[in-house]
Amino acid sequence: MADVAPYSYPHRHLLGIEGLAPGEISALLDLSESYVEQSRRDDKKVAVLKGRTVINVFFETSTRTRTSFELAGKRLGADVINISPDISAIKKGETLLDTALTLNAMRPDLLVVRHPQSGAVHLLSEKVDGAVINAGDGWHEHPTQALLDALTIRRRLGGLTGLTVAICGDIMHSRVARSNIHLFNVMGIRVRVVAPPTLLPPEMDRFGVEVFHDMRAGLDGVDIVMMLRLQTERMQGSFVPSVREYFHFFGLDARKLAAARPDALVMHPGPMNRGVEIDSDVADDIHRSLIQEQVEMGVAVRMACLDLLTRKLQSNRAEAA
Amino acid sequence: MTKRTAPKRTALVNARLLDPASRLDAPGGILIEDGRIAAVGPGVTAGSAPDGAAVIDCEGACAAPGLVDMRVQLGEPGGEHKETIDSGSLAAAAGGVTAVVALPNTAPVIDDVNVVEFIARRAREVRRVKVFAYGALTRGLKGEQLTEIGMLKDAGALAFTDGLRAVSNARVMRRALSYAQAFDALIVQHPEEPEMARGGVATEGEIATRLGLPGISAVAEAMMIERDLRLVELTGGRYHAAHVTTAQGLALIRRAKREGWRVTCDTAPHYFALNETAVGEYRTFGKVSPPLRAEADRRAVVEALADGTIDAIASDHDPQDQESKRLPFADAEPGIVGLESLLPLSLELYHNGHMALLDVLEKLTSAPADLLGLPLGRLAPGRAGDVVVFDPEIPARIEVGAFRSKSKNSPFDRRPVQGRVLRTVVDGRTVFEAG
Repeated sequence: MADVAPYSYPHRHLLGIEGLAPGEISALLDLSESYVEQSRRDDKKVAVLKGRTVINVFFETSTRTRTSFELAGKRLGADVINISPDISAIKKGETLLDTALTLNAMRPDLLVVRHPQSGAVHLLSEKVDGAVINAGDGWHEHPTQALLDALTIRRRLGGLTGLTVAICGDIMHSRVARSNIHLFNVMGIRVRVVAPPTLLPPEMDRFGVEVFHDMRAGLDGVDIVMMLRLQTERMQGSFVPSVREYFHFFGLDARKLAAARPDALVMHPGPMNRGVEIDSDVADDIHRSLIQEQVEMGVAVRMACLDLLTRKLQSNRAEAA
Repeated sequence: MTKRTAPKRTALVNARLLDPASRLDAPGGILIEDGRIAAVGPGVTAGSAPDGAAVIDCEGACAAPGLVDMRVQLGEPGGEHKETIDSGSLAAAAGGVTAVVALPNTAPVIDDVNVVEFIARRAREVRRVKVFAYGALTRGLKGEQLTEIGMLKDAGALAFTDGLRAVSNARVMRRALSYAQAFDALIVQHPEEPEMARGGVATEGEIATRLGLPGISAVAEAMMIERDLRLVELTGGRYHAAHVTTAQGLALIRRAKREGWRVTCDTAPHYFALNETAVGEYRTFGKVSPPLRAEADRRAVVEALADGTIDAIASDHDPQDQESKRLPFADAEPGIVGLESLLPLSLELYHNGHMALLDVLEKLTSAPADLLGLPLGRLAPGRAGDVVVFDPEIPARIEVGAFRSKSKNSPFDRRPVQGRVLRTVVDGRTVFEAG
C-alpha cells in the first residue's frame, strides 16, 4: 500500500475539489493506484477500516455511486450502512440537520452524503463529528467523480499536465462538470466546454475554460472528450427543443469525434442516454471508450478517500489526546 | 365646567437638533406637550422648561425625527412564532424607529378592512411605536382581482402592494394604477419579473455558478420596472418600486423622474452594505429577495441614494426563525431582520463620505412619511412628538444576540459600525432607552 502521510491531505472532509492543492489531489490519486491493484486480486479485502462505521446517506437515488462507495467501504473492512430517501425520516418531514444529529449520535466515522440541493452536504458536515465525503450535492460538486476521472486519464495517458479535455453537454446542471473543471485547472489540463448556450451557466469564461457552441470546433485536436448526461426533463423544449436536434448538433458520434485527435479517448460519468448525448458506436468502442474503466477506478478512488480521511481522523484524535 | 388637567410635558434639551425637512442642524431642545411638539430650537433649555415638565438632558447627542420604516414584516397575524406586533415594536423602538408600515403578506392577508382594523387594534394595545399597514393590491395576493382599495384606504391602509410578490399581469397592474387614482392611492411593486426569477435563489453570475445555485438575472428587475413605467406613463398613476437593487433598474427610475412621472423608490441597507459575496459558503442569512447583487450594482445603489434617485431607505425587516434558515440554501426562506440595524448601517453612507448626515436622515424620516402621506418625520411645532436621540459617531458592533426581535436572522452580526440609538420617544413617551 502506498505510504501516504496524513498531512498530505490536511482537510477533515472531502466536500469539493475547489480549494484542493495539486499535491493533495496527487496524494489521493497515488493512494488510489494501490487500491486498483488490490481490487483486481481474488482477495479484495484489507482491514484498514476494521471496526469503523461508514454510513452512506443518499437523499437522491443512485445506484452506481452508492454501490461504488459501499464496495469501497467493505473492501476496507468497514461496517457499511446505506440510508436512502424512501426509507429515511426525510419522508416524515425531518429536517436535514435533525437527520445529521440523529446519525451523528450513532457515532459513524465516515458519512458519505448525496443531496439534491447545492450546499446541503457542507451544511450537514458542520453538525457531525466524523468525516464527510460529498457524493454529489445539487449542481455544485461531485469530487470523487472528478478524482476517478483524473485517475482514469492518468493511468491511460501517463499524466495529466498539458492535456486538452472537452467537457460537452449539460454543463449548467452538472456537478460533475464543476468538479472536473476545478480539478483539471489545478492539475494543468486545458479545459474546453461545448454546449448550447442554454446549458451553460453564466460567466463560464471566468472559470479558466474556453467556451464553444459547436462540437467540431470544440473537439478539434482534443485528447479527451467527456460527455455529460442530459436529464429527460430538460430535453423536451425547455433547455433544448428536442432530443433529435440535441443529438444532431451536440450528441457524440464518430463523425464529430473525428475532429478530435485520432487517438482521443471518450468518457462519460454515467448513466448514459444512448442516442441522446452519445452514440452507441462511440460508447462501446473498446479502443476509445474509457467508460467501463471509469467505473472500476471509482471504487479505488473511494477506497483511497475513505482511507485517507480515516487516517486524518486518527491523527486528529491522537493530537487531541 | 370641566376641570383642565395640566398638559403632559417632556423637554429634550441640550441636543444637536437635526431636522431634514427644514434643513435644521443646530444646538437646542424639543418641548413636547400632550404628545405633540410645542417648540423646537435653541430656546428650549433645562432652564426654560415649564414647571412639571420631565426634562431629559441629551448631553449633546443628536435628536432627529423618529425613523419611519416603510417596509417591515411583523409576523402578525399568522407568523407569531417569528415576530409579533409586540416584539417587532420593541425592536423598532430599540432601532430608533417610531413608525412602521407592515406588509400585507400575513395570514390572513391584509386584503380586508377587518385585518387592517385588527392590526390597528393590536398596535393600540401594545402602545409602543406607531404601526401602519399596507393593503393588499389584489385579493389573496393572487395578482388577479383588485382589492377594495377605497374602503381599505378609509380603514387606514396607507398604500397598496402585493408585498413579496410582483404583480405580474400587465392588465391588472394597468387597472390598479388607473383605479387607485380615484383615491390618490400609492401602488408599491416588488419589481421582479416572476418568470425570469422563477426557481432562482441568488444573483445570476460567477458566484451562483460556482456554488451551483440557480440564478436570477439582474435584468428581471429592470424588465418589471420598465413595464411598470410604461403603465405609469399610460395611466398617470402613482408608483413606487420597493427595494430597488440594480444599476439598470435605477437608471430607469432616474429617467422617469426626469420625465416628471409620479415615481418613487426605496432600497434596504443590505443592498448598499453587502454584495453577493455575502452568500458564499451558502450563508442563508444573506439570502434575500431580491437577491444581494454584484458589487457594481451595490455601488449604483449608493450613487442613486446620493443623487436622490432613491427616495427612502426601509429596513425590509423580515424575521425568520432558525428552522426557516438552517436549511440547504435553496430551501431556506429569504429575509433579513433589519429594524435594529437600520440606523447604524444607514449611517455608513455618511461615514463613508457618500452623503451628508441630514440627507441620510431624510431617507429615513420625512421622505418615506411624505410619500405615504403620513404627517410624521419632522421636528416642527404641531407635529407628533416622535424623536430619536442618537450618537452618530460612537464606535459599536452590531450584536444580533441582543436584538429585541424574536428572530435573529441577520448577516450583520459582529459588524463594526459607528452610531448608536440612545433614546426613542413616541408622542413624548420614552419607549426605549439605551442601557
